[in-house]
Amino acid sequence: MTLIRTKHNRRSFLKISSAAGGGMLIGFNWLVACQPASKEVANVPKEWFDINAYIKIADTGLVTIYSPNPEIGQNVKTSMPMLVAEELDVDWKNVVVEQGHLNTQKYSRQIAGGSQSIRHGWQSLRMAGASARRVLMEAAASQWQVPVSELTTENGIISHKNSDKSVHYGEVATAAASLEVPENIELKDPKDFKIIGKATKNVDGSKIITGKPLFGLDYKKEGMKIAMIIHPPAFGMKIKGFDASSVKSMPGILDVFKVQTAPAEKQWSDTNAFPELVAIVGETTWQVMKAKKALEVDWELESTLESSEGHNLALDKALNSPAEKPARLDGDPDKAFKNAAKVIEKVYSAPFLPHNTMEPMNFFADVTGENAELTGPIQTPESLRKSASDLLGLPEDKINVNMTRMGGGFGRRLYGNFGLEAAAISKHVNAPVKLIYTREDDMTQGTYRPAYKIKYSAALDENNELIGFKLRGVGMNEGPIFANRFPAGTVPHYLAENKSVDSNISTGAWRAPRSNFIAGAEQSFIDEVAEAAGKDPIDFRLELFEKAIKNPVGEKNDYDPERYAGVLKLIKEKAGWGKDMPGIHRGVSAYYCHNSYVAQVVDIALENGQPKVKKIWCAVDCGIVVNPEGAINQIEGGMVDGIGHGMYGGITFKDGVADQSNFNKYSLIRNSQAPEAVEVFFVDNGIDPTGLGEPSLPPIIAALANSMYKATGKRLYKQPFAQKDIVVG
Amino acid sequence: MATFNIKVNGQAHQIDVEPDTPLLWVLRDHLDMVGTKFGCGIAQCGACTVHLNGIAVRSCSLPISNVGESEVVTIEGLSEKADHALQTAWLEHDVPQCGYCQAGQIMNAAALLSRNPNPSDKEIETAMDGNLCRCGTYIRIKAAIKTAAQQMS
Ligand code: FES
Ligand code: FES
Repeated sequence: MTLIRTKHNRRSFLKISSAAGGGMLIGFNWLVACQPASKEVANVPKEWFDINAYIKIADTGLVTIYSPNPEIGQNVKTSMPMLVAEELDVDWKNVVVEQGHLNTQKYSRQIAGGSQSIRHGWQSLRMAGASARRVLMEAAASQWQVPVSELTTENGIISHKNSDKSVHYGEVATAAASLEVPENIELKDPKDFKIIGKATKNVDGSKIITGKPLFGLDYKKEGMKIAMIIHPPAFGMKIKGFDASSVKSMPGILDVFKVQTAPAEKQWSDTNAFPELVAIVGETTWQVMKAKKALEVDWELESTLESSEGHNLALDKALNSPAEKPARLDGDPDKAFKNAAKVIEKVYSAPFLPHNTMEPMNFFADVTGENAELTGPIQTPESLRKSASDLLGLPEDKINVNMTRMGGGFGRRLYGNFGLEAAAISKHVNAPVKLIYTREDDMTQGTYRPAYKIKYSAALDENNELIGFKLRGVGMNEGPIFANRFPAGTVPHYLAENKSVDSNISTGAWRAPRSNFIAGAEQSFIDEVAEAAGKDPIDFRLELFEKAIKNPVGEKNDYDPERYAGVLKLIKEKAGWGKDMPGIHRGVSAYYCHNSYVAQVVDIALENGQPKVKKIWCAVDCGIVVNPEGAINQIEGGMVDGIGHGMYGGITFKDGVADQSNFNKYSLIRNSQAPEAVEVFFVDNGIDPTGLGEPSLPPIIAALANSMYKATGKRLYKQPFAQKDIVVG
Repeated sequence: MATFNIKVNGQAHQIDVEPDTPLLWVLRDHLDMVGTKFGCGIAQCGACTVHLNGIAVRSCSLPISNVGESEVVTIEGLSEKADHALQTAWLEHDVPQCGYCQAGQIMNAAALLSRNPNPSDKEIETAMDGNLCRCGTYIRIKAAIKTAAQQMS
């Protein structure tokens, strides 16, 4: 049992001010309206009691758990409440989950990013459940006049064995709601978990398959108008002028104007290439779309117009000169390379990538002179509120930010410019508006994964030991490397350099930032080095981890070599590595990011000369697996997504204009191109859980490239891999 | 503006809109049926898939003036109690991640199964290739379609 002092996180336990439930969801009641009726519990609740910020309990015993973090498809709306329910000790079928909205008084870190929701919520959410259970027990104890230590709970029922008494939580909820949270709370021993570790279905599943309003784009409010924007067609251009009258007379069009959307004081989340836009507001989406198409805007040059050719040259130039100072230096790499028996040097590259969430950017805003409601899909609600406060000149406590389910995030919705745009437009027209991006707006407005290149060099001695390793990474606006990740720590002479090339094309986080490039490059290179050393690719990696375990180089290595080696050993065994499989070509890869370890083996077959992914074997060490069902889904999805972008992704530019603007020119992976089978294995080590939204994506690109090499004899250095002659599917 | 009489999920509706308004926006803006999603607007992603007389069509590219007497079925009307074999299979396989593409996937799969109750893997892939999913749920989509096909036979 773990004893936790509640004091450390008391703000999680502040009582909700309104007495009975529902008050938290002001302006959002349409969502409540689509809650399924209570499941197993016989009666519809008459009254709800707020136990703490995460939990309310109905007189019938039905429990509502608020999921604090934004849901972008990473399934935290299921897994976070599971942590609460576990310690509360209730039957999951009597739990209803609702999305909590932005409330920094009650919740901490309401962000979807960096695969950190579960890792950060692990203590606080279980504590919320445990402390609620405790006050419910105290309420029962005082009612029965027995010591609380004599009570037990199971599935929402409190029992006193000696007197044969029992009540369900709903019967003591009213008394419990007024009790203070005790100072010390006991958490369950993981071996007693009943909900954590059990495959649990997505809590929004039945709403999704019946088309209920869930997403930002589905949001609607009385009197709401539709808004669209026009951004400059090229990075480096701005608005010169336009003739609003030409479209103002079109049916349903209410206003056409220029709008400023940048807050005076920018935060990191305010990355945005086009703060000045043309806004069109009208009655219906189609009317506004038509006006948007019809409006002619004159543009003028603001800075330079960049092209992919120029990017390529600039990246090559950066790649060929040293960084001002190394990101990490161990030993004397130059000397090691001079004395090497073999030197291998390769360059890897990958293009800019748009996020392409299936739900295009959108946001609802209702800004009045005194306050504002902002509702929609946002990964960083707190940052949005801060910037909106700045932009609108309203205090933060006058701005309500509500989160809808998101049709994908992948990092794009960390940057809430669309929320600010909606707010500025609503303020201008003095009406509630829903801003909708077209796919073209979405794909061409920036915040892309930067284009990257990296040069790797490896030095082997005459015994084929890796004695020297160099990497120099370059990228648009941001270099790709992590200085202290593998193989740092395993090689005596090591040099890492990171450089960036300035660009006016806006860039930002994209599912597994930097790792989404570096893993594919590094693990392809390691494969090539293993081959040059005449070693099996898994054995070669394990030898390196062995060195990092026994005799690590440097102190700042930010991975655990035992856990790294652990996933490789597991996949080696599970995939039957080394056994000959006729017609199957195998590649391996392993990577660590977002505190989780992943190793993969990809099996490819050539069908009519084209490679087809027959199976992916994947071993994962993310500590305790909270929800195996959701976890496997995330891992599968990350790998399909990784294969898709490694094979087909990429956005290119000519004179500042993105060449791809919709799915007729941009290839997302399709059903027939997905792997035929995936099998996932978890390391069972009881360590506190870490994230899963990102870690399976980065390494798959190398596992794919390495298996393609086995199949075709050609190494792949340049993403997207699908050039004219290779089409995986 | 013109007046159109259309039939959606068995119900008649009278709507005043411009004749070129795509069915997608009629459903979403005028009939408050938002289960059908907007993804690309140019018939390239499948998020807006509905049935027109049982055939899967992309409602973003179908002007209301072309709907005529046809029976439109949307995700909201696929079954009365959310118990179409595909819906049940979708839950059983826990298919959705973000969920945004899923209504379109299910509607397209439903049209597939009604014309081919027992599709092969290849036939499923071919039929479903136009429905994009950024979350990468394709493996589960395929498995769920197979389960539903079995259920229905
Ligand atoms: S929105 Fe109709 S196919 Fe994409
Ligand atoms: S589930 Fe997210 S796009 Fe398909």
